[in-house]
This record gives sequence, C-alpha cells and structure tokens, in this order.
Amino acid sequence: MTNPERVYADPSINMETEAYWEATKQNKLLLKKCDDCGETHWYPRAICPHCSSSNTCWYEGSGKGKIYSFSVMRRVEVPYVMAYVTLDEGVSLLTNIVECDFDNLSIDQDVEVVFRATQGDQALPLFRPVA
Amino acid sequence: MSRSCKAYIAGVFEHPTRKAVDKTIAQLHAEVAIGALKDAGLTKDDVDGYFCDGATPGLGGMSMAEYMGLDITYTDSTETGGSSYLVHVGHAMTAIAAGKCKVALITLAGRPRSEGVKSLAAKDYGDDLPERGFEIPYAPVITNMYGMAAKRHMHEFGTTSEQLAWIKVAASHHAQYNENAVLRDVVTVDDVVNSPMISDPLHRLDCCVISDGGGALVVVSPEIAKTLGDRCVKLLGQGEGIKHLNSGRIDLTYTGAVKSGPVAFAEAGLTPADMDYVSIYDSFTITVLETLEDLGFCAKGEGGKFVADGNLISGTGKLPFNTDGGGLCNNHPGNRGGMTKVIEAVRQLRGEAHAKVQVPDCTLALAHGTGGSIAQRTGAATVIMGRNDA
Ligand SMILES: [Zn+2]
Repeated sequence: MTNPERVYADPSINMETEAYWEATKQNKLLLKKCDDCGETHWYPRAICPHCSSSNTCWYEGSGKGKIYSFSVMRRVEVPYVMAYVTLDEGVSLLTNIVECDFDNLSIDQDVEVVFRATQGDQALPLFRPVA
Repeated sequence: MSRSCKAYIAGVFEHPTRKAVDKTIAQLHAEVAIGALKDAGLTKDDVDGYFCDGATPGLGGMSMAEYMGLDITYTDSTETGGSSYLVHVGHAMTAIAAGKCKVALITLAGRPRSEGVKSLAAKDYGDDLPERGFEIPYAPVITNMYGMAAKRHMHEFGTTSEQLAWIKVAASHHAQYNENAVLRDVVTVDDVVNSPMISDPLHRLDCCVISDGGGALVVVSPEIAKTLGDRCVKLLGQGEGIKHLNSGRIDLTYTGAVKSGPVAFAEAGLTPADMDYVSIYDSFTITVLETLEDLGFCAKGEGGKFVADGNLISGTGKLPFNTDGGGLCNNHPGNRGGMTKVIEAVRQLRGEAHAKVQVPDCTLALAHGTGGSIAQRTGAATVIMGRNDA
C-alpha cells in the first residue's frame, strides 16, 4: 500500500547544478566524478572535494541503491519518509522513500530512483522499494 | 598537587526565564552578562574581550558591545550552533594565554518559545548554500535527521529505545530539584517509549524542551583569578571540530566529539576515567549516547548498555550527567544548549549544584557541546575543567 505524498518544494538551482536539474526533467540521475582522482562525490560540485581538481564531469548514475537509514516523520499533515540512500556508485544522498508501506521499510532494503514534479515544474529524484 | 592552567572561569549565569515574552534578545544578552560579571565579582568595565554566536543581533559582537557599553579590544563570533560557547571558551583561553585579553565575556540569548519558532519547520538558509538544492526539497528537520542517526545506531549496534529512554529518565531525576526547569516530573522508561512517536525511533520524550532565555560566562587570566578567590574554576583543556557528510561517504553513528574529545583530554593530561561529572549536549537522547561513546566513556556501540539502569543518575550511577536536568528537561535557550552545559559543570566544581544532585568532592568535570545536525553538518567542542585546587 502507498501513502499520499507531499507537494515538493522547488530545488535551489545554481551555475554548478543546472545540468543536474535539467537531467532530472529527463528522468536521469546525474552524478559527478573527478577525472583526476576518479572518485565520485555527492552533492555535485565544480571542485572535487577529494583532490581539489576542477576536472569534474557528469555521468548518469544507475539510480539504484540501498537504504542507509530512514525515519518516518509522523507528526505532520502529510507524513513522509526521510532517508539516506547509498547508491551503487558508493555515495549516499538525502531523499524521501515513496510508493511504500511506512511500516515495512528496513535498512539495506533495495531501492530505485523515481522522479516527481515539484511546485514549479522542476523534477525531483526520490526512491521507492524495488518490487 | 595543583594543575597549572592558562585561564579560569570566574563567573557564570543562567537566565531564570524559560519564556521571555516581555524582553528583547538584546536585553536578555545584557541581563546574563550582568549576572555572570556579578557572579565573578567584576563589572562591565573590566571586560576587554567579547564573544557571541552568529545569531546575536547585529554584525558579530559589534551591536551588543555598543548596547552593553563595553570597551572591547578582542572579539570572536565563531558560529557552530549549540557548541559555539564551548568553542568560545577555547578561543578565550588561547587569547588570554597570548595576552590579547584578560577578561572575556561570552553571552547567549534567544526567544524561540515566545517567537513561536516551530521545531518542525525546515530552516531556510538562502540560495547561496551549496547543499540546499539537494536537501531542502526533501523536508529535513532536526527530529527526522536525528531519528536517522538513532535508527542507524540501533541497526549497527542493537541499541534499543528503552536504553535511549534511560537518558531522559536520568535527566528527569535531576530536573525535579531544579525550580526553573521546564519539565520537573520524574519519568520512567515506559513513559518515554509510550510518548507519541515524533519521527521514529524518537518519541516526544526523546526530544529536548524549547525555551527562551540565555546564559553567560566570564573567562579570566590567572592573574585576575588570583584576586577573585576560590570560586574560580580552572580551564584545563579544550578541543573542537567540524564533522560533515564527507563527500557522500556518510556514517551517522558518531559525532564531532571524536575530534574534540582527544584534543581536550590531551591538553588537560586527563582521561575519561578521571571525570567526576559530565555535562553532555542533549538535544535528543541519541545525541548523549553517541557523544559518550565518542568521548571514550565507553566503547563505540556500547552506549546503550552504558546509559541503562540509571548509570547517569547522580548518587546512583557511575557517571552523573546534566544535573540541572539538561536540555531534555531544564532549559535549551535559543535552541542552543552548549552554554548551560558549561554553567552546570561550573556549579558542580564549586559545590553549588542542588544538594540532591551535587557530586561529592567533585574535582574534575567535562562539558561537551554539539551544534548543527549530527546527521548532516555538526560542530563539536569539549571543555575540561577542574576545581580551584585541582
Ligand atoms: Zn578528485
């Protein structure tokens, strides 16, 4: 069973992150890695936080991962699941888990990316349990 | 045996208000400053260093220095959330040791209760914040972020809600004797785990209170301390640090205390086993549990067992903590609990805590502050203090 979802606020978009938010509109989850040290980092930046290189480039992630931790926010009008998901690419991102039964989630559960329109017609990546 | 130190805490003051509908924030800053200076036996004209957090009205300390009529030659407004004041103590120690100032005043004031700040509201820091686009749309708030830290700790180490509840139980045992405390009823483990779930696994009683008020500290040079008498408390060591999400390689089972603790203990030449009393930042029960592990009071993952069965209750347990009732029961002025942590440790070292919670022959104490969010970006600061004859 699934639950009603919140209205999603628009993300802040800046020169460093325009490409990311253009891609989410095409249902693509982009990640950034460094051409010098090879490491992927999160959240995406112009400067690599591992080695300080400016040679960072976008690539499309698998959109798959596992729940690192989660907490069901119950004391609000539309309850929702706050989570960190560790992507197969090794980085963990903050997100919400949707299309799920709040009482049947667990750490290490397999999840995949889905996209939702925000208030201002941007697209926001979220995750759902893999069926 | 008497330990040498570079600076002393000469005065402390905790504002008695918990709801300041009729006072401005500037007024509260001035009231706590006057209180702490009086406690030290000094006046505002003795102050040459002023320290405050980034939420203080005006730019840094400039507006409040003017409001209070201070003549300042040294200032610091480092902002690390609720840990700021323990950072300020360390910076004051350094400044005094370098001869940059002799009497440092540190103030905190806030009115989240009167201003109706909802603890559930997502904070808005503006568009320049680099992580903003990747966090705010998901509605992170302090309860669900700390909830995730607690959930992960439970997953990795088998920590239980009942063990976390013992932290609130201990705080409530102490708060019953504090006539200014917001919550004075003694609670049981069952009370905590049966209180409404806010963001699992954290219940309402796993959370701290929301209160108005403030506090102040006066840090002085050894030469000034000599003129003020035995109520001065020795500053033996301090450490600080920032922990963040590490480019996406996250670990929510520890706090910035892993950085600040070893530095503070090394400077003091002491170990956790030497501490007679501890004040541990307690925004939530999980904050205390992870911090005690990170400071080395028990092994990582053993915090649940360590805090259970009243081990933190003064007179009963091995490690009396937060004997004023802490943020969980007494006071969390301005949503920033670091200041009151130092104040209660000073009361213990002076033998001025409530008789029912005073640790006998309390000689060495630790205060720890946590700022920001332990599940995102967090500041940490640890201060180790000793009685005047320590
Ligand atoms: Zn790199």
